[in-house]
Amino acid sequence: MEDIVKKRIKQVLKGDQSAFEEIVSLYQNRLYQVCYRMLGNRHEAEDIAQEAFIRAYINLHTFDQKRKFSTWLYRIATNLCIDRIRKKKPDTFLDAPVPGTDGLDHYSSLAHDAPLPEEEVEKMEQQERVQYEISRLPDKYRSAIVLRYIEELPLQEISEILELPLGTVKTRIHRGREALRKQMKKL
Amino acid sequence: MKPCPEEIVQYMHDYLDGEITRRDEQILKEHLEKCPDCQEHMDQLSRSVAFLSSASHIEAPEGFSSRIMASLPKERQSAGLRRWFGRHPMLAAVAMFMLLAGITLFSNFNTSDGQLAVSTQPNLVIEGNKVIVPEGEKVEGDLFVRNGELHIEGEVEGDVTVINGSKYMASTAVVSGRIEEIDRAFEWLWYTIKSGIKDGLSVFEGPDAGDEEE
Repeated sequence: MEDIVKKRIKQVLKGDQSAFEEIVSLYQNRLYQVCYRMLGNRHEAEDIAQEAFIRAYINLHTFDQKRKFSTWLYRIATNLCIDRIRKKKPDTFLDAPVPGTDGLDHYSSLAHDAPLPEEEVEKMEQQERVQYEISRLPDKYRSAIVLRYIEELPLQEISEILELPLGTVKTRIHRGREALRKQMKKL
Repeated sequence: MKPCPEEIVQYMHDYLDGEITRRDEQILKEHLEKCPDCQEHMDQLSRSVAFLSSASHIEAPEGFSSRIMASLPKERQSAGLRRWFGRHPMLAAVAMFMLLAGITLFSNFNTSDGQLAVSTQPNLVIEGNKVIVPEGEKVEGDLFVRNGELHIEGEVEGDVTVINGSKYMASTAVVSGRIEEIDRAFEWLWYTIKSGIKDGLSVFEGPDAGDEEE
């Protein structure tokens, strides 16, 4: 797959914009998923994933073609997500219900700032609960945990995506796991 | 009860990362067997991780990629042209031929002389690029003006041809032959070439026909 991607990248660099569409369709689900899990909101996830692809297009000439493209793309997306989380103000999404969602967004957005009462958490559907628990993780650990357990990427690749030494990634994942354990003791 | 060795929790994480040595794994196993607290800790960690992994797969919303393609910055013209040529080689050849033919024609018409040229008749008056057939005068033979304004106030016995110029006929003017203004015909020709190219090759803009001298 990387071969096809590299071919398309060359075409885009030569100025053939339409070759980019195949790149988007190959990675869109993975990128959207990371953004969704990081941000807990479909609307924002689409926004950021889209922004990530556009930035990738604009900066494609800076991509080192000896490297893995997905790593580079994930890096752009996770950086954008982290920026967004830091800038996030609650009023930007609480009053804007997103169509086609099942309350996930509402819960997970709220949750980031204030934990829900236990009985509320117990009433959650499993998928809702997964997102809720991810959203309660400190930002630092969240990206590493999402890349490890949602995207199922090897530690080495996560270290390249986050541009952190392997040891730091391991520490973050360990702490993230401990944080999850404490959050979900009664599971 | 003596406190658990510090490294046990580290071993748990090494185990979950799949990076534990055989020796450490053995130590961890033995410890967990006799320490229910650590066993509980380990179970909680494994359950949390398994729970996260149960997250359902999320897919990008419909139309995602086309929305991205629509919001990309506009591509350079050359690429669009190159791609178009690749897809329609015959049409491209035809368009190219018409374009070159058009350009040649255009430059022949427009720049072959550039300067005022008038057929030689003794009683014509020339002022700058104005050629005047004075009132009351009679010009004999075909009158030919290129790149200039022709004012006919008198009489012309013969055809009048104006190329790349304009023509004013006073009320007193009399022309016995045909009157022809080549640039009109030329404009029309250029227009057809250009619109043909435009239809086939929308990314390419031909030189503006408005460059002609009026």
